[in-house]
Amino acid sequence: MSDLLAQIKDSATLMCTSIDDPTVYPSCFAPGKGDMTYLQWMLHGWGWTLLVALVALVIALGVGMVIGVMRTLPNKAAVLFGEAWSELFRNVPVLVQLFIWAFVLPEIFPVLKQVSYATLACVGLGLFTSARVAQQVKAGIATIPKGQRYAGLAMGLTLAQTYRYVLLPVGLRVVLPTLTSESMNIIKNSSVAYAISVPELIWTSIQAGEQTSAHGTMYFVATIFYVISALAINRLAVFIERRTRLSTAMGGK
Amino acid sequence: MALNLDFSFLTSDVIKANLVSTFEYSVQLTAVAAVAGTLLGTLIALMRLSSQPALQRFARVYVDLLRSVPLVMVILWFFLLIPSGFYSTIAGSFGDAHRPELAAVITFTFFEAAYYSEIMRAGIQSVPRGQVFAGYAVGMTYAQCMRLVVLPQAFRNMLPVLLTQTVVLFQDTSLVYAIGASDWLKGFQTVGNLFNRPAEMYLLAAAGYFVISFSLSMLVRRLQAKIQIIR
Repeated sequence: MSDLLAQIKDSATLMCTSIDDPTVYPSCFAPGKGDMTYLQWMLHGWGWTLLVALVALVIALGVGMVIGVMRTLPNKAAVLFGEAWSELFRNVPVLVQLFIWAFVLPEIFPVLKQVSYATLACVGLGLFTSARVAQQVKAGIATIPKGQRYAGLAMGLTLAQTYRYVLLPVGLRVVLPTLTSESMNIIKNSSVAYAISVPELIWTSIQAGEQTSAHGTMYFVATIFYVISALAINRLAVFIERRTRLSTAMGGK
Repeated sequence: MALNLDFSFLTSDVIKANLVSTFEYSVQLTAVAAVAGTLLGTLIALMRLSSQPALQRFARVYVDLLRSVPLVMVILWFFLLIPSGFYSTIAGSFGDAHRPELAAVITFTFFEAAYYSEIMRAGIQSVPRGQVFAGYAVGMTYAQCMRLVVLPQAFRNMLPVLLTQTVVLFQDTSLVYAIGASDWLKGFQTVGNLFNRPAEMYLLAAAGYFVISFSLSMLVRRLQAKIQIIR
């Protein structure tokens, strides 16, 4: 028992140590700009994890919505394109997709050589997730009775107006709970970006582990940060679901 | 557009040496983790649905913890925590030479069990309660009732979902990259480095994983349609 306590104390001290020299800061935060403690380094990695996940989520929602709608349009070419997109991004491992974004596409499009790996990771992760979002948007629109689409068109709305005012407001609300679980997935999947050297949590904990030989301590801190992220998303999901639930749906207000 | 693809270096010897056994390993990893993970997952689902608060709590913590942490993190944890003597204990010198590969099998089994258990839980809950009462009424014990009445139906109802999860699992095996295990992706990378042709090999890897995952998901979809007709 006292062994364990001593170990915890050692780990805590390590986290408050500067990453450049053996200085231990009692506050766990280095005062100057040029220095930082291991705790700060890991927080920095957490920030990258959340940033990559957030940007990728925005891309995934935007693209996924468009692709999902395409898969419900009365146009065979649009449906085919949407399905091909979904299958392509769903059936290749996300790690392979990121390697292609980082090491293959810049060879084909030299412009991409000026783009940072972090940006490419956001795009890669976003498009990977867009296939799943599209699936859910399509399923959401499919739950709406066909009559509503016909009613909209019969009233003289254009197809775009029917989607804008009739189908999407209901369809998107139906899928919102699954979309929050998708944002949980994207935080977890952002960990794969470590493989193309994006300085997120996994990358940082491996680097800090190598530097200190205290892999366990760094993994533990990273795990705590991931669990906190998951809990926060979970709370947010419950809140959003309550706010957007349709009053006519089961369990409505 | 300035990519000149050249696959001429891919002779059958190169393929045999790098892409066949690594593919077999990825398939074995998927198969073992799917079977063992489903068994362990079913056990955890039964704990979660049992009337013992301690078992319930254990199952909930197990599932929630593993589902809120990325797979890469779990792979790193297991590789760190499994003592190095363990590998030679279970598989002698072979085990000692294949530490990352064995660690991956253990990790994936325990990790996927969390996901399979949620599927099996939904499956068990999809079996009408009356069937359990009927089982008790004809004198079955709890274990008999589960084994002979509830679980076979739960498994059949959930088979398409279990298989879909297994396709995801096959793609996720590429993440053993984190501990340097020799899986299929590693095989592609090795060839890419050997001939300094990484772009070709990454594209080929993507095509390979695509063909397998896509055909498997098509099979699952067909199976799903078939099962729906039976019911």
